[in-house]
Amino acid sequence: MGGKVYASVLGLLQPRPPLIRVVPLSGRYIPQPGDVVIGTVTDVQGTFWLLDIGAPRWAPLHMTGTPWDVQVGETEKFLRVGDAVVVQVENLDPTGRIGVTMNGEGLGKLDGGTIARISPARVGRVVGRKGSMIETILQHTGARMTVGQNGRVWVDGDPEAIRRVTEVLRTIDDEGMRPGLTERIESLLRASDPTDERGRAPRFAGAPPTDRAPLEVDEPAREPDAGDE
Amino acid sequence: MGSVGAKDVPVLLSPEGLRIDGRRLDELRPIRIEAGPLHQADGSAFVEWGANKVMAAVYGPREVHPRHLQQNNKAVIQCKYNMAAFSVDERKRPGLDRRSQEISKVIGEAFESVVFAEEFPRTSIDIYIEVLQANAGTRCAGLVAASVALADAGIPMVDLLPAVAVGKIAGKIALDLKKEEDNFGEADLPMALVPQSGRLVLLQMEGHMTADELAASLDLGVRGCRDIYETMKAALRARYSAPGDRGGAA
Repeated sequence: MGGKVYASVLGLLQPRPPLIRVVPLSGRYIPQPGDVVIGTVTDVQGTFWLLDIGAPRWAPLHMTGTPWDVQVGETEKFLRVGDAVVVQVENLDPTGRIGVTMNGEGLGKLDGGTIARISPARVGRVVGRKGSMIETILQHTGARMTVGQNGRVWVDGDPEAIRRVTEVLRTIDDEGMRPGLTERIESLLRASDPTDERGRAPRFAGAPPTDRAPLEVDEPAREPDAGDE
Repeated sequence: MGSVGAKDVPVLLSPEGLRIDGRRLDELRPIRIEAGPLHQADGSAFVEWGANKVMAAVYGPREVHPRHLQQNNKAVIQCKYNMAAFSVDERKRPGLDRRSQEISKVIGEAFESVVFAEEFPRTSIDIYIEVLQANAGTRCAGLVAASVALADAGIPMVDLLPAVAVGKIAGKIALDLKKEEDNFGEADLPMALVPQSGRLVLLQMEGHMTADELAASLDLGVRGCRDIYETMKAALRARYSAPGDRGGAA
Protein backbone atom coordinates (compact mmCIF):
# COMPACT_ATOMS: atom_id res chain seq x y z
CA MET A 1 0.00 0.00 0.00
CA GLY A 2 1.60 3.26 -1.08
CA GLY A 3 4.90 1.48 -1.73
CA LYS A 4 4.99 0.26 1.85
CA VAL A 5 4.43 -3.16 3.29
CA TYR A 6 2.18 -3.56 6.29
CA ALA A 7 1.98 -6.49 8.64
CA SER A 8 -1.40 -8.06 9.23
CA VAL A 9 -0.42 -9.58 12.55
CA LEU A 10 1.34 -8.32 15.62
CA GLY A 11 4.94 -9.48 15.53
CA LEU A 12 8.64 -8.84 15.46
CA LEU A 13 10.16 -7.56 12.26
CA GLN A 14 13.01 -9.63 10.84
CA PRO A 15 14.45 -8.14 7.68
CA ARG A 16 16.33 -10.72 5.65
CA PRO A 17 16.93 -9.07 2.30
CA PRO A 18 15.35 -9.45 -0.12
CA LEU A 19 12.61 -10.76 2.13
CA ILE A 20 10.97 -9.42 5.23
CA ARG A 21 9.59 -11.74 7.81
CA VAL A 22 7.27 -10.89 10.66
CA VAL A 23 7.62 -13.32 13.54
CA PRO A 24 4.25 -13.49 15.25
CA LEU A 25 4.25 -12.81 18.96
CA SER A 26 0.92 -14.36 19.64
CA GLY A 27 -1.91 -16.23 18.09
CA ARG A 28 -3.33 -19.69 17.87
CA TYR A 29 -1.38 -22.65 16.61
CA ILE A 30 -1.33 -22.79 12.82
CA PRO A 31 -0.63 -26.40 11.83
CA GLN A 32 2.12 -27.38 9.40
CA PRO A 33 2.54 -30.86 7.90
CA GLY A 34 5.12 -32.82 9.87
CA ASP A 35 4.50 -31.04 13.18
CA VAL A 36 4.32 -33.27 16.22
CA VAL A 37 1.56 -31.95 18.47
CA ILE A 38 -0.20 -32.83 21.68
CA GLY A 39 -3.98 -32.93 21.62
CA THR A 40 -6.90 -33.89 23.79
CA VAL A 41 -9.90 -35.89 22.62
CA THR A 42 -13.03 -33.75 22.42
CA ASP A 43 -15.39 -36.11 20.61
CA VAL A 44 -15.61 -39.80 19.79
CA GLN A 45 -17.34 -41.05 16.60
CA GLY A 46 -17.68 -44.52 15.13
CA THR A 47 -14.53 -44.43 13.04
CA PHE A 48 -12.58 -41.44 14.31
CA TRP A 49 -11.85 -39.14 17.21
CA LEU A 50 -11.83 -35.36 17.14
CA LEU A 51 -8.79 -33.79 18.76
CA ASP A 52 -8.33 -30.32 20.13
CA ILE A 53 -4.76 -29.43 19.21
CA GLY A 54 -5.15 -25.71 19.85
CA ALA A 55 -5.55 -25.01 16.13
CA PRO A 56 -8.44 -23.05 14.63
CA ARG A 57 -10.28 -26.32 14.04
CA TRP A 58 -10.54 -29.74 15.61
CA ALA A 59 -8.44 -32.41 13.94
CA PRO A 60 -10.01 -35.78 13.10
CA LEU A 61 -7.86 -38.81 13.95
CA HIS A 62 -9.12 -41.75 11.92
CA MET A 63 -8.96 -45.22 13.45
CA THR A 64 -6.71 -46.36 10.60
CA GLY A 65 -4.25 -43.70 11.69
CA THR A 66 -3.51 -45.53 14.93
CA PRO A 67 -1.18 -48.42 15.75
CA TRP A 68 -4.16 -50.30 17.21
CA ASP A 69 -6.55 -52.78 15.66
CA VAL A 70 -9.72 -50.72 16.03
CA GLN A 71 -13.11 -52.12 14.96
CA VAL A 72 -15.79 -49.75 13.69
CA GLY A 73 -17.83 -48.61 16.67
CA GLU A 74 -15.20 -49.60 19.18
CA THR A 75 -13.25 -46.36 19.08
CA GLU A 76 -14.24 -45.56 22.64
CA LYS A 77 -12.40 -48.62 23.92
CA PHE A 78 -9.14 -46.99 22.91
CA LEU A 79 -9.53 -43.28 23.50
CA ARG A 80 -12.21 -41.41 25.41
CA VAL A 81 -13.06 -37.75 25.70
CA GLY A 82 -10.36 -36.01 27.72
CA ASP A 83 -7.52 -38.41 26.87
CA ALA A 84 -4.27 -36.85 25.73
CA VAL A 85 -2.34 -38.03 22.69
CA VAL A 86 0.78 -37.20 20.74
CA VAL A 87 0.07 -37.10 17.01
CA GLN A 88 1.70 -35.81 13.86
CA VAL A 89 0.10 -33.45 11.35
CA GLU A 90 -0.02 -35.26 8.00
CA ASN A 91 -1.82 -32.90 5.67
CA LEU A 92 -3.91 -29.79 5.44
CA ASP A 93 -6.52 -29.01 2.85
CA PRO A 94 -7.46 -25.50 1.70
CA THR A 95 -10.62 -25.53 3.80
CA GLY A 96 -8.47 -25.84 6.89
CA ARG A 97 -9.17 -29.50 7.61
CA ILE A 98 -6.27 -31.00 9.52
CA GLY A 99 -5.27 -34.63 8.99
CA VAL A 100 -3.32 -36.24 11.82
CA THR A 101 -1.83 -39.67 12.42
CA MET A 102 -0.65 -41.61 15.41
CA ASN A 103 1.53 -43.96 13.39
CA GLY A 104 5.14 -43.06 13.94
CA GLU A 105 7.91 -42.96 16.44
CA GLY A 106 7.15 -41.13 19.66
CA LEU A 107 3.45 -40.89 18.84
CA GLY A 108 0.68 -42.42 20.91
CA LYS A 109 -1.51 -42.01 23.94
CA LEU A 110 -0.18 -40.17 26.98
CA ASP A 111 -0.68 -41.74 30.39
CA GLY A 112 -0.04 -39.86 33.61
CA GLY A 113 1.90 -36.64 33.83
CA THR A 114 0.42 -33.25 33.22
CA ILE A 115 0.04 -30.94 30.26
CA ALA A 116 1.27 -27.37 30.44
CA ARG A 117 0.21 -24.80 27.88
CA ILE A 118 2.42 -22.14 26.44
CA SER A 119 2.01 -19.86 23.49
CA PRO A 120 2.82 -21.66 20.20
CA ALA A 121 5.04 -18.68 19.37
CA ARG A 122 7.24 -19.64 22.32
CA VAL A 123 7.82 -23.29 21.39
CA GLY A 124 11.14 -22.51 19.73
CA ARG A 125 12.41 -20.97 22.95
CA VAL A 126 11.42 -24.00 25.03
CA VAL A 127 13.19 -26.37 22.64
CA GLY A 128 16.23 -24.13 22.33
CA ARG A 129 18.91 -24.36 19.69
CA LYS A 130 19.11 -28.04 18.70
CA GLY A 131 17.14 -28.94 21.82
CA SER A 132 19.55 -27.21 24.20
CA MET A 133 16.84 -25.72 26.38
CA ILE A 134 15.06 -29.05 26.79
CA GLU A 135 18.40 -30.64 27.71
CA THR A 136 19.01 -28.00 30.35
CA ILE A 137 15.58 -28.41 31.87
CA LEU A 138 15.69 -32.20 31.91
CA GLN A 139 19.20 -32.29 33.38
CA HIS A 140 18.23 -30.04 36.25
CA THR A 141 14.92 -31.65 37.10
CA GLY A 142 15.06 -35.28 36.04
CA ALA A 143 11.57 -34.96 34.56
CA ARG A 144 10.36 -36.42 31.30
CA MET A 145 8.79 -34.13 28.78
CA THR A 146 7.40 -33.90 25.27
CA VAL A 147 7.01 -30.55 23.57
CA GLY A 148 4.28 -30.27 20.95
CA GLN A 149 4.67 -27.70 18.18
CA ASN A 150 1.22 -26.46 19.22
CA GLY A 151 2.46 -25.15 22.54
CA ARG A 152 1.29 -28.02 24.69
CA VAL A 153 3.98 -29.61 26.80
CA TRP A 154 3.58 -32.96 28.49
CA VAL A 155 5.60 -33.29 31.68
CA ASP A 156 6.01 -36.38 33.83
CA GLY A 157 8.23 -37.27 36.75
CA ASP A 158 7.97 -36.85 40.51
CA PRO A 159 5.61 -34.07 41.61
CA GLU A 160 8.40 -31.71 42.64
CA ALA A 161 10.05 -32.04 39.24
CA ILE A 162 6.75 -31.39 37.48
CA ARG A 163 6.23 -28.31 39.58
CA ARG A 164 9.66 -26.96 38.73
CA VAL A 165 9.32 -27.67 35.03
CA THR A 166 5.93 -25.99 34.79
CA GLU A 167 7.33 -22.98 36.60
CA VAL A 168 10.19 -22.77 34.12
CA LEU A 169 7.77 -23.13 31.23
CA ARG A 170 5.69 -20.29 32.60
CA THR A 171 8.78 -18.11 32.82
CA ILE A 172 9.71 -18.88 29.23
CA ASP A 173 6.17 -18.15 28.13
CA ASP A 174 6.26 -14.79 29.91
CA GLU A 175 9.77 -13.68 29.06
CA GLY A 176 10.56 -15.75 25.99
CA MET A 177 10.92 -12.80 23.66
CA ARG A 178 13.73 -11.11 25.57
CA PRO A 179 17.44 -11.91 25.26
CA GLY A 180 19.50 -13.82 27.80
CA LEU A 181 16.79 -16.39 28.36
CA THR A 182 19.01 -19.45 28.71
CA GLU A 183 21.07 -17.87 31.49
CA ARG A 184 17.99 -16.75 33.35
CA ILE A 185 16.39 -20.17 33.10
CA GLU A 186 19.57 -21.86 34.30
CA SER A 187 19.81 -19.64 37.33
CA LEU A 188 16.14 -20.18 38.03
CA LEU A 189 16.59 -23.93 37.83
CA ARG A 190 19.66 -23.86 40.04
CA ALA A 191 17.88 -21.72 42.58
CA SER A 192 14.97 -24.12 42.81
CA ASP A 193 17.17 -27.23 42.85
CA PRO A 194 16.73 -29.03 46.16
CA THR A 195 20.12 -30.74 45.79
CA ASP A 196 21.86 -27.39 46.14
CA GLU A 197 20.36 -26.96 49.57
CA ARG A 198 21.16 -30.29 51.13
CA GLY A 199 23.54 -32.07 48.82
CA ARG A 200 21.21 -34.92 47.94
CA ALA A 201 18.10 -34.92 45.83
CA PRO A 202 15.10 -36.03 47.87
CA ARG A 203 13.27 -38.54 45.73
CA PHE A 204 9.62 -37.83 46.32
CA ALA A 205 8.07 -40.40 48.63
CA GLY A 206 5.20 -38.75 50.45
CA ALA A 207 7.55 -36.06 51.67
CA PRO A 208 6.95 -34.90 55.25
CA PRO A 209 5.86 -31.27 55.74
CA THR A 210 9.40 -30.20 56.61
CA ASP A 211 10.44 -31.06 53.07
CA ARG A 212 8.43 -28.12 51.85
CA ALA A 213 11.49 -25.93 52.34
CA PRO A 214 12.43 -25.73 48.62
CA LEU A 215 9.16 -23.96 47.97
CA GLU A 216 10.24 -21.05 50.13
CA VAL A 217 13.83 -21.20 49.00
CA ASP A 218 13.08 -20.33 45.42
CA GLU A 219 10.97 -17.30 46.19
CA PRO A 220 13.73 -14.94 47.35
CA ALA A 221 16.00 -16.38 44.69
CA ARG A 222 13.68 -15.03 42.03
CA GLU A 223 13.82 -11.46 43.26
CA PRO A 224 17.15 -10.43 41.69
CA ASP A 225 15.97 -11.98 38.48
CA ALA A 226 12.92 -9.76 38.36
CA GLY A 227 14.87 -6.74 39.50
CA ASP A 228 17.50 -6.58 36.79
CA GLU A 229 15.09 -5.88 33.98
CA MET B 1 -33.59 25.63 40.48
CA GLY B 2 -37.07 24.42 39.70
CA SER B 3 -38.17 21.12 41.17
CA VAL B 4 -41.27 20.38 39.18
CA GLY B 5 -41.15 18.07 36.17
CA ALA B 6 -38.07 18.47 34.02
CA LYS B 7 -34.66 17.53 35.36
CA ASP B 8 -32.16 20.23 36.03
CA VAL B 9 -30.05 20.81 32.98
CA PRO B 10 -26.43 21.29 34.03
CA VAL B 11 -24.31 23.99 32.48
CA LEU B 12 -22.43 22.02 29.84
CA LEU B 13 -20.15 24.79 28.69
CA SER B 14 -18.68 27.53 30.87
CA PRO B 15 -18.32 31.09 29.55
CA GLU B 16 -14.58 30.38 29.17
CA GLY B 17 -15.41 27.48 26.84
CA LEU B 18 -14.61 24.73 29.32
CA ARG B 19 -16.76 21.65 29.81
CA ILE B 20 -18.08 20.30 33.11
CA ASP B 21 -14.94 18.26 33.69
CA GLY B 22 -12.69 21.15 32.66
CA ARG B 23 -11.89 19.84 29.19
CA ARG B 24 -11.77 21.98 26.08
CA LEU B 25 -14.11 21.12 23.23
CA ASP B 26 -11.52 19.14 21.26
CA GLU B 27 -10.06 17.25 24.19
CA LEU B 28 -10.36 13.52 24.92
CA ARG B 29 -10.89 12.03 28.34
CA PRO B 30 -7.80 10.26 29.69
CA ILE B 31 -7.39 6.75 28.24
CA ARG B 32 -5.45 3.83 29.65
CA ILE B 33 -5.26 0.59 27.68
CA GLU B 34 -3.84 -2.67 28.94
CA ALA B 35 -3.29 -5.50 26.47
CA GLY B 36 -3.47 -9.13 27.53
CA PRO B 37 -4.79 -9.05 31.12
CA LEU B 38 -6.70 -12.33 30.72
CA HIS B 39 -4.96 -15.70 30.58
CA GLN B 40 -7.67 -17.95 29.35
CA ALA B 41 -8.56 -15.94 26.28
CA ASP B 42 -6.53 -16.00 23.07
CA GLY B 43 -6.40 -12.22 23.30
CA SER B 44 -7.71 -9.61 25.71
CA ALA B 45 -7.62 -5.95 26.59
CA PHE B 46 -8.83 -3.67 29.35
CA VAL B 47 -9.70 -0.06 28.64
CA GLU B 48 -10.23 2.72 31.14
CA TRP B 49 -11.50 5.75 29.34
CA GLY B 50 -12.65 8.57 31.56
CA ALA B 51 -15.02 6.82 33.96
CA ASN B 52 -15.62 3.94 31.53
CA LYS B 53 -14.13 0.56 32.35
CA VAL B 54 -14.39 -2.05 29.64
CA MET B 55 -12.89 -5.53 29.33
CA ALA B 56 -12.71 -7.35 26.01
CA ALA B 57 -11.76 -10.98 25.35
CA VAL B 58 -11.21 -12.67 22.00
CA TYR B 59 -11.36 -16.40 21.39
CA GLY B 60 -10.48 -18.07 18.16
CA PRO B 61 -10.35 -18.74 15.37
CA ARG B 62 -12.07 -21.83 16.77
CA GLU B 63 -14.85 -24.29 15.98
CA VAL B 64 -18.19 -22.59 15.32
CA HIS B 65 -21.01 -23.01 17.80
CA PRO B 66 -23.78 -23.38 16.84
CA ARG B 67 -22.64 -25.34 13.80
CA HIS B 68 -25.16 -23.96 11.30
CA LEU B 69 -23.55 -20.52 11.44
CA GLN B 70 -20.36 -21.96 9.94
CA GLN B 71 -19.27 -20.39 6.64
CA ASN B 72 -17.37 -22.48 4.14
CA ASN B 73 -15.19 -19.70 2.81
CA LYS B 74 -14.36 -17.58 5.85
CA ALA B 75 -14.48 -17.21 9.58
CA VAL B 76 -17.64 -15.83 11.17
CA ILE B 77 -17.14 -13.00 13.59
CA GLN B 78 -19.41 -13.21 16.59
CA CYS B 79 -19.46 -10.22 18.86
CA LYS B 80 -21.23 -9.92 22.18
CA TYR B 81 -21.44 -6.61 23.98
CA ASN B 82 -22.77 -6.74 27.49
CA MET B 83 -23.21 -4.21 30.27
CA ALA B 84 -22.82 -5.39 33.83
CA ALA B 85 -25.81 -4.80 36.09
CA PHE B 86 -23.59 -2.63 38.29
CA SER B 87 -22.13 -0.58 35.45
CA VAL B 88 -24.61 2.27 35.78
CA ASP B 89 -26.10 4.29 38.63
CA GLU B 90 -29.40 2.52 38.65
CA ARG B 91 -29.06 -1.26 38.40
CA LYS B 92 -29.42 -2.37 34.81
CA ARG B 93 -31.48 -5.46 34.17
CA PRO B 94 -28.85 -7.97 33.18
CA GLY B 95 -28.83 -9.77 29.88
CA LEU B 96 -29.66 -9.07 26.28
CA ASP B 97 -31.67 -6.00 25.40
CA ARG B 98 -32.26 -4.15 22.17
CA ARG B 99 -29.46 -1.73 22.81
CA SER B 100 -26.80 -4.36 23.48
CA GLN B 101 -27.94 -6.39 20.48
CA GLU B 102 -27.58 -3.37 18.26
CA ILE B 103 -24.14 -2.52 19.59
CA SER B 104 -22.98 -6.13 19.25
CA LYS B 105 -24.11 -6.08 15.65
CA VAL B 106 -22.47 -2.80 14.62
CA ILE B 107 -19.19 -3.63 16.36
CA GLY B 108 -19.12 -7.11 14.82
CA GLU B 109 -19.74 -5.63 11.38
CA ALA B 110 -17.01 -3.04 11.88
CA PHE B 111 -14.53 -5.83 12.52
CA GLU B 112 -15.76 -7.89 9.60
CA SER B 113 -14.43 -5.16 7.34
CA VAL B 114 -10.89 -5.24 8.75
CA VAL B 115 -10.24 -8.86 9.77
CA PHE B 116 -8.87 -11.23 7.10
CA ALA B 117 -11.60 -13.76 7.79
CA GLU B 118 -10.91 -15.73 4.60
CA GLU B 119 -7.75 -17.11 6.18
CA PHE B 120 -9.74 -19.23 8.59
CA PRO B 121 -12.64 -20.91 6.78
CA ARG B 122 -15.28 -22.74 8.84
CA THR B 123 -14.19 -21.17 12.07
CA SER B 124 -15.46 -18.53 14.43
CA ILE B 125 -13.75 -15.55 15.98
CA ASP B 126 -15.62 -14.69 19.16
CA ILE B 127 -15.41 -11.25 20.70
CA TYR B 128 -16.79 -10.60 24.16
CA ILE B 129 -17.07 -7.04 25.43
CA GLU B 130 -18.01 -6.51 29.06
CA VAL B 131 -18.77 -3.00 30.25
CA LEU B 132 -17.93 -2.89 33.96
CA GLN B 133 -18.51 0.81 34.45
CA ALA B 134 -20.29 3.06 31.99
CA ASN B 135 -20.08 6.79 31.43
CA ALA B 136 -21.10 7.40 27.82
CA GLY B 137 -19.08 6.23 24.83
CA THR B 138 -18.99 2.58 25.87
CA ARG B 139 -19.49 1.31 22.34
CA CYS B 140 -16.36 3.17 21.31
CA ALA B 141 -14.46 2.03 24.38
CA GLY B 142 -15.66 -1.52 23.74
CA LEU B 143 -14.58 -1.36 20.13
CA VAL B 144 -11.14 -0.06 21.06
CA ALA B 145 -10.75 -2.80 23.67
CA ALA B 146 -11.91 -5.49 21.24
CA SER B 147 -9.53 -4.23 18.58
CA VAL B 148 -6.51 -4.41 20.89
CA ALA B 149 -7.69 -7.85 22.05
CA LEU B 150 -7.87 -9.05 18.44
CA ALA B 151 -4.31 -7.89 17.83
CA ASP B 152 -3.25 -9.56 21.07
CA ALA B 153 -4.87 -12.76 19.80
CA GLY B 154 -2.63 -12.61 16.74
CA ILE B 155 -5.54 -12.33 14.33
CA PRO B 156 -4.56 -10.89 10.95
CA MET B 157 -6.33 -7.66 10.06
CA VAL B 158 -5.95 -4.54 8.00
CA ASP B 159 -5.41 -2.25 10.95
CA LEU B 160 -6.40 -1.48 14.50
CA LEU B 161 -9.74 0.26 14.87
CA PRO B 162 -9.73 3.35 17.05
CA ALA B 163 -13.17 4.78 17.80
CA VAL B 164 -14.57 7.88 19.43
CA ALA B 165 -17.84 9.77 19.68
CA VAL B 166 -18.30 13.40 18.76
CA GLY B 167 -21.34 15.28 19.99
CA LYS B 168 -23.02 18.63 20.18
CA ILE B 169 -23.32 20.37 23.53
CA ALA B 170 -24.66 23.84 24.14
CA GLY B 171 -24.65 24.42 20.39
CA LYS B 172 -20.97 23.50 19.98
CA ILE B 173 -19.25 20.46 18.50
CA ALA B 174 -17.35 18.55 21.19
CA LEU B 175 -15.11 15.51 21.20
CA ASP B 176 -15.70 12.44 23.37
CA LEU B 177 -18.86 13.19 25.35
CA LYS B 178 -19.17 12.14 28.96
CA LYS B 179 -22.41 11.06 30.56
CA GLU B 180 -23.96 14.44 31.39
CA GLU B 181 -23.03 15.80 27.97
CA ASP B 182 -24.55 12.77 26.30
CA ASN B 183 -27.75 13.00 28.35
CA PHE B 184 -28.30 16.72 27.98
CA GLY B 185 -26.48 17.43 24.72
CA GLU B 186 -28.10 17.83 21.31
CA ALA B 187 -26.34 15.12 19.32
CA ASP B 188 -24.08 12.10 19.61
CA LEU B 189 -22.04 10.68 16.73
CA PRO B 190 -19.91 7.60 17.42
CA MET B 191 -17.45 6.55 14.73
CA ALA B 192 -14.65 4.03 14.13
CA LEU B 193 -11.77 4.70 11.77
CA VAL B 194 -9.32 2.57 9.78
CA PRO B 195 -6.31 4.87 10.21
CA GLN B 196 -4.32 3.35 7.36
CA SER B 197 -6.98 4.12 4.74
CA GLY B 198 -9.00 6.84 6.43
CA ARG B 199 -12.15 4.79 5.98
CA LEU B 200 -14.93 4.88 8.58
CA VAL B 201 -16.31 1.45 9.43
CA LEU B 202 -18.78 2.52 12.06
CA LEU B 203 -20.86 5.66 12.06
CA GLN B 204 -24.05 6.21 13.96
CA MET B 205 -25.89 9.33 14.93
CA GLU B 206 -28.47 10.41 17.41
CA GLY B 207 -29.91 13.92 17.67
CA HIS B 208 -29.71 16.83 15.28
CA MET B 209 -26.87 18.55 13.44
CA THR B 210 -26.58 20.72 10.38
CA ALA B 211 -24.60 19.45 7.40
CA ASP B 212 -21.75 21.84 8.26
CA GLU B 213 -21.71 20.64 11.86
CA LEU B 214 -21.63 17.04 10.68
CA ALA B 215 -18.62 17.72 8.47
CA ALA B 216 -16.83 19.48 11.33
CA SER B 217 -17.69 16.61 13.65
CA LEU B 218 -16.26 14.03 11.30
CA ASP B 219 -13.01 15.98 11.07
CA LEU B 220 -12.79 16.29 14.83
CA GLY B 221 -13.62 12.60 15.32
CA VAL B 222 -10.99 11.44 12.86
CA ARG B 223 -8.39 13.51 14.68
CA GLY B 224 -9.50 11.99 18.00
CA CYS B 225 -9.29 8.50 16.51
CA ARG B 226 -5.71 9.08 15.43
CA ASP B 227 -4.74 10.02 19.00
CA ILE B 228 -6.39 6.90 20.34
CA TYR B 229 -4.64 4.84 17.66
CA GLU B 230 -1.27 5.83 19.14
CA THR B 231 -2.41 4.82 22.63
CA MET B 232 -3.55 1.46 21.29
CA LYS B 233 -0.22 0.78 19.59
CA ALA B 234 1.66 1.80 22.74
CA ALA B 235 -0.42 -0.65 24.79
CA LEU B 236 0.47 -3.53 22.49
CA ARG B 237 4.13 -2.59 22.50
CA ALA B 238 4.14 -2.48 26.29
CA ARG B 239 2.52 -5.90 26.47
CA TYR B 240 5.21 -7.57 24.41
CA SER B 241 8.27 -5.85 25.77
CA ALA B 242 7.46 -5.68 29.47
CA PRO B 243 8.89 -8.26 31.83
CA GLY B 244 6.59 -11.09 32.41
CA ASP B 245 3.92 -10.18 34.86
CA ARG B 246 0.90 -11.68 33.22
CA GLY B 247 -1.41 -10.43 35.92
CA GLY B 248 -3.43 -12.54 38.30
CA ALA B 249 -2.76 -16.14 39.28
CA ALA B 250 -1.12 -18.11 36.54
